[in-house]
Amino acid sequence: MKNNKVLDNIWLTLVFIFLFLPIAILIIFSFNKSRLNIMFTGFTLDWYKELFNNSVLLEALINTLIVAVISTVISTVIGTISAYGLKKYDFKGKKLINELLYIPIVIPEIVLGISLLCIYSFMKLELGMFSLILSHIAFSIPFVIINVNSAIESMSANLEEAAADLGASKFKTFFHVVLPSLMPGIVSGAGLAFTLSLDDVVISYFTAGPDSNTLPLQIFSMIKSGVTPDVNALITVLLLMIFTGIFIYMSISLRRIKREGV
Amino acid sequence: MKRVIVRLEDFGKSFFKKEVIKHINLDIYENEFITLLGSSGCGKTTILRSISGLDKPTTGKVYIDEVDVTDMDPTKREVNTIFQNYALFPLMTVYDNIAFGLRMKKVDEEEIKTRVNEMLELVHLTGYEKRFPRELSGGEAQRVSLARGLINRPKVLLLDEPLSALDLKLRKEMQIELKRLQRKLKITFIYVTHDQDEALSMSNRIAVVRGGKIEQVGTPSYVYDHPSTLYVATFVGEANVFDAEVKKINKEKKLLYLGDNFVSKYSKNKYSEGDKVKVVIRPENIKISRTLKKENSLKGVVDELIYDGSNTKLMVDVDGMIVKVLVFGNDHSYEVGDKLYLYWDNVDMNVFGEKDER
Repeated sequence: MKNNKVLDNIWLTLVFIFLFLPIAILIIFSFNKSRLNIMFTGFTLDWYKELFNNSVLLEALINTLIVAVISTVISTVIGTISAYGLKKYDFKGKKLINELLYIPIVIPEIVLGISLLCIYSFMKLELGMFSLILSHIAFSIPFVIINVNSAIESMSANLEEAAADLGASKFKTFFHVVLPSLMPGIVSGAGLAFTLSLDDVVISYFTAGPDSNTLPLQIFSMIKSGVTPDVNALITVLLLMIFTGIFIYMSISLRRIKREGV
Repeated sequence: MKRVIVRLEDFGKSFFKKEVIKHINLDIYENEFITLLGSSGCGKTTILRSISGLDKPTTGKVYIDEVDVTDMDPTKREVNTIFQNYALFPLMTVYDNIAFGLRMKKVDEEEIKTRVNEMLELVHLTGYEKRFPRELSGGEAQRVSLARGLINRPKVLLLDEPLSALDLKLRKEMQIELKRLQRKLKITFIYVTHDQDEALSMSNRIAVVRGGKIEQVGTPSYVYDHPSTLYVATFVGEANVFDAEVKKINKEKKLLYLGDNFVSKYSKNKYSEGDKVKVVIRPENIKISRTLKKENSLKGVVDELIYDGSNTKLMVDVDGMIVKVLVFGNDHSYEVGDKLYLYWDNVDMNVFGEKDER
């Protein structure tokens, strides 16, 4: 038994090294004096300076954030309302729609990317920020719906009836009772939509225009000419932002768990 | 004449073309505690939901305080419901839960505060304002849900099996509590339950519901002593049911045979010779004798004695049928194997013919 435990720990350590070593190396090399990501030759903050002078990369970053924020907000609103509607109302073809939801999730991204491109050219829609945001909204909605759905399932069945019984209109019931109960599902759905949008390459590749270069696309195109260490610096900054976000979310949910004793 | 506060007129309800409630007429009076008693699926909750407005009747009308509310939205009706699972809003504090109804009516916060505090005091939960529903026990949660309903000063409070999720001791406490609240506030309580003890001990009137119809309405003691059907007799309280046959008729008196050897006088004219009937006698109405009585007397052997602390139940074997007899206390000389005669007064006997049953 004791032996097993040691083996378990070694195994776990290896898994974590496998998962996090590449990220660690990336962070370390962002402080590397050498231009090549091979040897660590000394500490420097030059790449961070260079990053803030690299207008192409910064523009791509801003584009990425704009697309991610707008597509997350819109897909979260549409997804939440759709999930609630699909749960609450019975209509013909409801089952079919519920099944169809999974198709955008399971089909290869490249298929979705090409189909979107086809639609845009058919509709004579010029490729740019608008088409890009539209595509990101399209692939994010199912993820939001599925997350909100699970929150709806765990909501006590007759809360809405209780609210109606106490004189709350449908509108007030939704905002005072339903929406707060669905918040955990909405937040995780939105989080998923945001990260998916942030690192999407394939669909963006097909639907972005010349003025809407995103960070993943930019880095992808830089591979041909060699990735410069200022990209490492950029990724480190992004990671810092993401970890801060996760930390805030975790501490909020921890407080909530303590309060409600879930 | 008492004022009618809720009137169901030819009320019927169907779900997917299946008739669940079959044309009920029922008047519920001001300031009464009425219980709708029935087994699960009998339609009692459906009746309640049509009064609250959460379901709409398929046929007939619902009146609350003489106003036709059949098509009125639940938000506009002056009734409130207490749900079995409490249905408290999980993300709101006790205070916000109780204040919810008044906030929807846009009452000003000062008055809300006074009234919430009043309610908390009424249900003995002062000091619980800032707690969340998850931090409450079942009994406390149900008190909060009572306060949340009662703060709106409804004309009728509807209670849908509110105590069934609580353990026995708490249930007994809450029964007394509910009765006290109802008397103090003088609000009509319509209580739904499948528990006949609850119905008997709390209500001013009981309506026994079966298969979407009301089988009998009356005071607990009337329903218990004079059940209108065999179903009511066996559902409300414990009962011994004997198969019997009407045999001889002379002028006023008919003779009832229980089995082959036993004869009982029976003077009602409802049944004629040859009718098969069921005779129902409550365990506490059966008396015991060591010697043979002239009538209403069955010979049996004590099969089992069950002592529950306040009463002793004798299981007496009469020709293979176990008859339950209730004896007060433990102060008796009966033992397993004793040969006894069971007898009773004619008034304690309820007779139902086969044609009375649906």
